[in-house]
Amino acid sequence: MKDRAALWMVIDAEDRLDLAGKTLLDATSGNTGVALALVGAVRGHPVELCMPDKISVERRRIAAAFGARITLTDPLAGSDGAILAAREKAGDAAYVYLDQYSNPANPLAHALTTGPELWEQTGGRITHLVAGVGTSGTVVGVSRALRPRGVRIIAAQPDDALHGIEGWKHMATAIRPAIWDESLADEHRAVSTDDAMAMARRLAREEGIFSGPSGGGALSAAVAVAREHQGVVVALLADGGERYLATPMWE
Amino acid sequence: MTVTVRLPGTLRDSVGGVTKIEATGATLDEVFADIDRRHPGFRSRILDDQGGIRSYVNVYVGDADARGSGGLTTAVPDGSEVMVIPAMAGG
Repeated sequence: MKDRAALWMVIDAEDRLDLAGKTLLDATSGNTGVALALVGAVRGHPVELCMPDKISVERRRIAAAFGARITLTDPLAGSDGAILAAREKAGDAAYVYLDQYSNPANPLAHALTTGPELWEQTGGRITHLVAGVGTSGTVVGVSRALRPRGVRIIAAQPDDALHGIEGWKHMATAIRPAIWDESLADEHRAVSTDDAMAMARRLAREEGIFSGPSGGGALSAAVAVAREHQGVVVALLADGGERYLATPMWE
Repeated sequence: MTVTVRLPGTLRDSVGGVTKIEATGATLDEVFADIDRRHPGFRSRILDDQGGIRSYVNVYVGDADARGSGGLTTAVPDGSEVMVIPAMAGG
């Protein structure tokens, strides 16, 4: 999922700007960072990522393996601290700040690929789409593609400011992404961290799908939707369980 | 033992609007109990129903993750810094 947004943001920057000698910069909780590092490696751009210290060991190391430079920010300031650090660096002309939270190429990737693919792969039978909101790129993009075809869009968020659904944003208490538009969702649902993690464990044990906490959260919301409505309910799982092996989630 | 406890903005409301608070105790458990006495409900934000540190909350004493050193029984030396770090959000 994140690779799509990263690729589209990089291609968009290549189209609009002269990237010679520039370093691509962004703030990330990790998964988009890994994707940007991968895309940067393949397309020949240096990448620098601002990520909070003390967390995301796996994602930090994978991004570094792809050659990205990592700037660690105050762990207590969380994702918003990483965003503020990236904004400060962005003043330096050596950087091109991709800003996944504000970059229209992020939702565009999902409007042009993810949405139409879901329609095709379900043979047009999809009636409900459930996805978590982080940058909101997925919900915003898929909504643009599928809502005109009658699909109901359900956006899921953590139920509390203090939560463990990495990658998701509790909008009421976080820096609001510029691309976010809640009117693009027909329904908003809150998911607890405990429910998200329990569903991720169930998904591994019953379906053989090894997902992260946000994948469990999306499926948890989707199961609730499916209990209330008839139709074909699709949940998007945007992260793999391997990236959380160092956390207590799988102990 | 007096220690400084640094909290994320998301816990600010549960301790009266600050992100840094002094507390006393020889172990993490005692430190959190001390804060809870002054700010009832604080412990339940970071501890689960079984009384352990919530799986998605990381507690550091100095540079060490308390999970690897006994959890709530981790000793907190006088003057040390305790950090309560939540998971990350957003992309």
